[in-house]
Amino acid sequence: MTLLQFRDLWVDYSSSAGNVPAVRGVTLDVAAGETLGIAGESGCGKTTLASAVLRLLPENAQVRGEVLLDGVDTLTMKWGRLRAVRWSQAAIVFQGALHALNPVQRIGDQIAEPIRLHQTVPDKQIGARVGELLTQVGLPASRAKSYPHQLSGGQRQRVMIAMALACKPALIIADEPTTALDVMVQAQVLDLLTGLVRDLGTGPDRGMGMILISHDLGVLGTTCDRIAVMYAGQIIESGPALEIFDNPKHPYTRALAAAFPRIGDPAARYAPTGLPGDPPYPGDLPTGCAFHPRCPIAAPACKLGAPALIEVAPHRTAACYKVDQ
Amino acid sequence: MIISAHDLSVCFAGRVRAVDGVDLDIPAGEILALVGESGCGKTTLARTLLGLEKPTSGTVSFEGKPLAYSTKALKKYRSQVQLILQDPLGALNPRHTVYDAVAEGLRVQRTPGDETALVADALSRAGLRPPERFFMRFPHELSGGQRQRVVIAGALVLNPRVLIADEPVSSLDASVRGEILNLLLSLREELGLTVLVVTHDLGLAWNIADRVAVMYLGRIVESGPTAEVLTDPQHPYTRALLSVVPDISRTEPIVLTGEAPDPARIPSGCRFHPRCPEVMEQCSSTPLPILIPSRGHAAACLRAQ
Amino acid sequence: MSVATARRRLALTRFANSFRHDQSGMTGVVILAIFIATAILAPILIPDAALDVTKADGGRFEGPSLSYPLGTDESGRSVLLLLAWGTRISLTVGIAATIISMVLGTAFGIAAGHFRGVGSHALVGVTDWFLVIPFLPLAIVLATVLGPSTTNLIIVIGITSWAGTARLIRAQTLSIEGRPYLERSKALGAGNWYQMSRHVLPNVFPLVLANTTLTVAIVILSETTLSFLGLGDPQAPSWGALLDRAFSSGAVSRGAWWYVLPPGICVVLVVLAFTLVGRAMERIVDPRRAS
Ligand SMILES: Nc1ncnc2c1ncn2[C@@H]1O[C@H](COP(=O)(O)OP(=O)(O)OP(=O)(O)O)[C@@H](O)[C@H]1O
Ligand SMILES: Nc1ncnc2c1ncn2[C@@H]1O[C@H](COP(=O)(O)OP(=O)(O)OP(=O)(O)O)[C@@H](O)[C@H]1O
Ligand code: SF4
Ligand SMILES: [Mg+2]
Ligand SMILES: [Mg+2]
Repeated sequence: MTLLQFRDLWVDYSSSAGNVPAVRGVTLDVAAGETLGIAGESGCGKTTLASAVLRLLPENAQVRGEVLLDGVDTLTMKWGRLRAVRWSQAAIVFQGALHALNPVQRIGDQIAEPIRLHQTVPDKQIGARVGELLTQVGLPASRAKSYPHQLSGGQRQRVMIAMALACKPALIIADEPTTALDVMVQAQVLDLLTGLVRDLGTGPDRGMGMILISHDLGVLGTTCDRIAVMYAGQIIESGPALEIFDNPKHPYTRALAAAFPRIGDPAARYAPTGLPGDPPYPGDLPTGCAFHPRCPIAAPACKLGAPALIEVAPHRTAACYKVDQ
Repeated sequence: MIISAHDLSVCFAGRVRAVDGVDLDIPAGEILALVGESGCGKTTLARTLLGLEKPTSGTVSFEGKPLAYSTKALKKYRSQVQLILQDPLGALNPRHTVYDAVAEGLRVQRTPGDETALVADALSRAGLRPPERFFMRFPHELSGGQRQRVVIAGALVLNPRVLIADEPVSSLDASVRGEILNLLLSLREELGLTVLVVTHDLGLAWNIADRVAVMYLGRIVESGPTAEVLTDPQHPYTRALLSVVPDISRTEPIVLTGEAPDPARIPSGCRFHPRCPEVMEQCSSTPLPILIPSRGHAAACLRAQ
Repeated sequence: MSVATARRRLALTRFANSFRHDQSGMTGVVILAIFIATAILAPILIPDAALDVTKADGGRFEGPSLSYPLGTDESGRSVLLLLAWGTRISLTVGIAATIISMVLGTAFGIAAGHFRGVGSHALVGVTDWFLVIPFLPLAIVLATVLGPSTTNLIIVIGITSWAGTARLIRAQTLSIEGRPYLERSKALGAGNWYQMSRHVLPNVFPLVLANTTLTVAIVILSETTLSFLGLGDPQAPSWGALLDRAFSSGAVSRGAWWYVLPPGICVVLVVLAFTLVGRAMERIVDPRRAS
C-alpha cells in the first residue's frame, strides 16, 4: 500500500529578492517497505520537499498541492492531529544533524524527549526503551549517559537515527545522513539504515518506508529501491535504483552518475567528468528546460519549451526531449 | 624530490600522536593523493608540510633542503608552496572582494609588477573568465564552484611550485566537482605544478592522482602508483576502504567495526590489528618499520611482506 | 576602486535606512543632536561676561525668572548659560576619553586574542587587573598625581575604562581566529600585523563601533563623578564641576533646586541618548541578523 504520496506539490518561498519557487510540481509515491532515494544538487529543493511532509517549512513558504500520508493530507490537517503524526507516523533525520543535538544534555534524555511527548510507553519504561533504541542503532545502551561532544560524527548520526525511530514511525526521511562523514562511517550508517528498513519492515501490520536524500548517486544506487532525480525543483528522472545508476537516460542524471567514477574504470583515469556552469538559482530559472544551459546535448527546442516527465521505459520516467521512448 | 618528509611526527598535548612517523617523497610535477579516514592525521600532515605546524620530530625538506622555521624563511617558502582549503566559503574573508582575496598573496609577499594584471591572469587561469567581471564580487555572491576557483586563483597568483589541497571538492556539488579536478589536472599540465591532494574520496584519487598514499592512525600504510594500489590493494585497510566505496558492481563490503582509532592510544605491533579482518597472531606484537618511500608499490602489513 | 566605494556607500545607506526605522535609536540621535548643537554654538551665543564672576549682574541664588530661566548661582551667574557651557566641556572630555579607551581596548583585545602563549597571558592579565581594580580609587590616585586639568582628566578616564572593551574584542577576535581565511592568509605568508590589520580588525570593527556609544555614556558619568569630587579643571566648568560647586556653595540647604537638578538631568539625558544609539547600532550590526 502507498505510504506517502506527493500530488503536484509546489512550494514557493517569498523573499526580499522576490518569489523563489523551490519545488515545482512534484508527484511521487513511496510504498510501505520501500526505500526511495532523492538525488540532486544543492538548492534543487530536496530539503524543502522533505520538510513539506510534516509541514515543517518556514513561515515564508507557500505550499500548494497534496501530501498524503496514509491517505490523509498533512497540509490541511488540524494542528493537534499533525503533532501526533510527527514522530509517530513519520520522522525526519535532519540535514546537518551533527549540530542539531543539544550540547549540554545527555543523549539519553534527548532520545527520551519524543517518547515522553507522545507517551508511547509508560514513564517507568522510558529508560529501557532508550537503551533498546541505542542497541538498535549499534551503540551500547550505556552510551545514553554520554554528552554529544563525547561521540564521534558517525555515533552522533546514529543517535539522530535512534531519535527518529523513538516512536516507531512508518516512514523515515533521512536528509543527507552521510554527507559530512568519511567513507567507512558512511558505510556503517548506510548499513544501519538499510538494515532497519529490512528488519522493521517485516512486521505483520506494516512495513517501514524510507526516503533517503543525497547528492551522491552511488550512495542511493547501493541502498535504495527507487531513485528520483531532482533538478531546479522538479523531478527530471525516476525509476528502479540499479537501472538509473547503470543506465541513466536524462543527461543530468548521466552527469551525476559519472561524477563519482567507478574505481578501476580506465576511461575515468585523468578524465574527471563534470558539468560546465553552476546549478540555477530557483528565483531566476532559465527558460524552457531548466537544464538546457548546462546540457551537453541541448537542441534549439530545449530553450523554448519545458519537457514533461513521461514514461520512457517500464517503470521509468524522464523529462527530456532527447530521450527516446 | 621537490618536497619530502623524513621520519615526521607531530604530537598535540604530548599524547595525541596525530602524525607518527611519516616518510614521504613527492617528485616535481606529480599528483599525489593522501587518503584515509577522518582523524587519521591527513590535515595535520599537510599543515606540517606547509610549515604551519612545527614537527615534534623529523624533518620536512623542500628541494632537498630542510625547512627553516624563521619568520623570513617561512615567508619565502610560502610563495612556493600553497594551500587550498576544504571549505571555500570559510577560506574567504566575507568582507573582502574577490580582487582583494586574490591580491592578498601579492601584497603579503610584496611581489613587484602590475597587481591588476597579475590578479586578472590568476583568475582566468583558475577558469573565471572574463576576470574583470569577478573583481568586485563578494564571496557570498558566488557559487560554491566559483568560490573554490577564487581560492585556487589566490594560490596561483604567487606562481607556486607546489599546491597542497585539503579536500578541495568535498564541499562542492557533484556536477561541479569534475570541473575543479579538471582544473587541477590542467594546471599540472600547463604549469608543471606538483599537487598533494588530501581526501577520503578514493574516486578522486582514481580521477587525477599519479600515486596514492594511504594513511592510517598517523602513518602511511600503503603507497604506490594509483592504478596498482586501487586495483590490487596489498594492505587489508586499503582493501576495506575500497570495498565501501558506493558502487553497485562492488564486492562484498568490508565494513570495519570496533572503536574508532584514537591517536592518543596507538596499538602495539601493527596499528591496524584491532580492526583488521585478516589479523594474525603475530600482528599484535611484531613492530612494523616505517614505510620507506620508493617508486614502487609497498604496504606496511605482515601479510604483504 | 570606484566600485568598492560605491558598495561601501550602499552598505552605509542600508545601515542608515535600518537606523531610521529604529525608534529608540532615532530618539537618542535627536537628543544628542540638540546637545551637540549647544556645545558647538556655546562660544557664539554666550557672551564671555556671562561666565565672569566679577561681571555677573544677577542676585545670589535667584529663582527662575524670565531673564534667568534657570535661576542664578552663588555668584549671580545664569545657571542656564553655565549649563550650556558645561555641555561643551563634558562632551569634549567624554568623546576624547572614549577615543583613547576604544583605541586601547581594541588594540589590547585584538593582540590578546591573536597571540598565543606568554604574550597573550600577559595581555589578559593586564586586562583583568584593570577590570577588577575599583575604578574610583584608581582614578582618584591617578588624577591627584597628574594634577587637575581637562587633559589629565581625559587621560585618566581613558586609561581606566578600556578593559571591558578589550575583553569583548578579545572574545570576538578568538572566534575570528578560528576561521579558515586566517589559515589561508598564514599560508600565503602573512605576518601577525597583516593578519590583525586586514582580517581581524575589519571583522571586529562593527562591534567596536557599537561599543563606542556605550562607552561614551560610561565615560561621561565618570567625568561627572571625578569633577564632582573636585578632580577636574576648576577653570573649565563641566556638568560635574557645576554640581560640585552647587553642593559646596550650599545650594541644597538653600533649596536652590534649579542649580542642582539641571546638571544631573543633562548627564542622565546624554547617557541615555548614547545608550539608545548604541543599542540600536548593536541591533543592526548584530551578526545573527546579517545573512
Ligand atoms: N526560508 C527560505 N527562504 C527563501 N528561500 C529559501 C528558503 N529556504 C530555502 N530556500 C531556497 O530554496 C531552494 C531549495 O532549498 P532546499 O534547502 O530545499 O535545497 P536542497 O536541495 O535541500 O539543497 P542542499 O543540498 O544544499 O541541502 C534553495 O535555492 C534555497 O536558496
Ligand atoms: N590542535 C590540535 N590539538 C589536539 N589534537 C588535534 C589537533 N589537531 C588535530 N588533532 C587530532 O589529531 C588527529 C588528526 O587530525 P587531522 O585533522 O589531521 O585528521 P584528518 O585526517 O585531517 O581528518 P578529517 O578527514 O576529519 O579532516 C585527530 O584525532 C585530531 O583530533
Ligand atoms: S530537454 Fe534538452 S536541454 Fe533538457 S536535458 Fe534534455 S536535451 Fe538537455
Ligand atoms: Mg538540503
Ligand atoms: Mg582534515
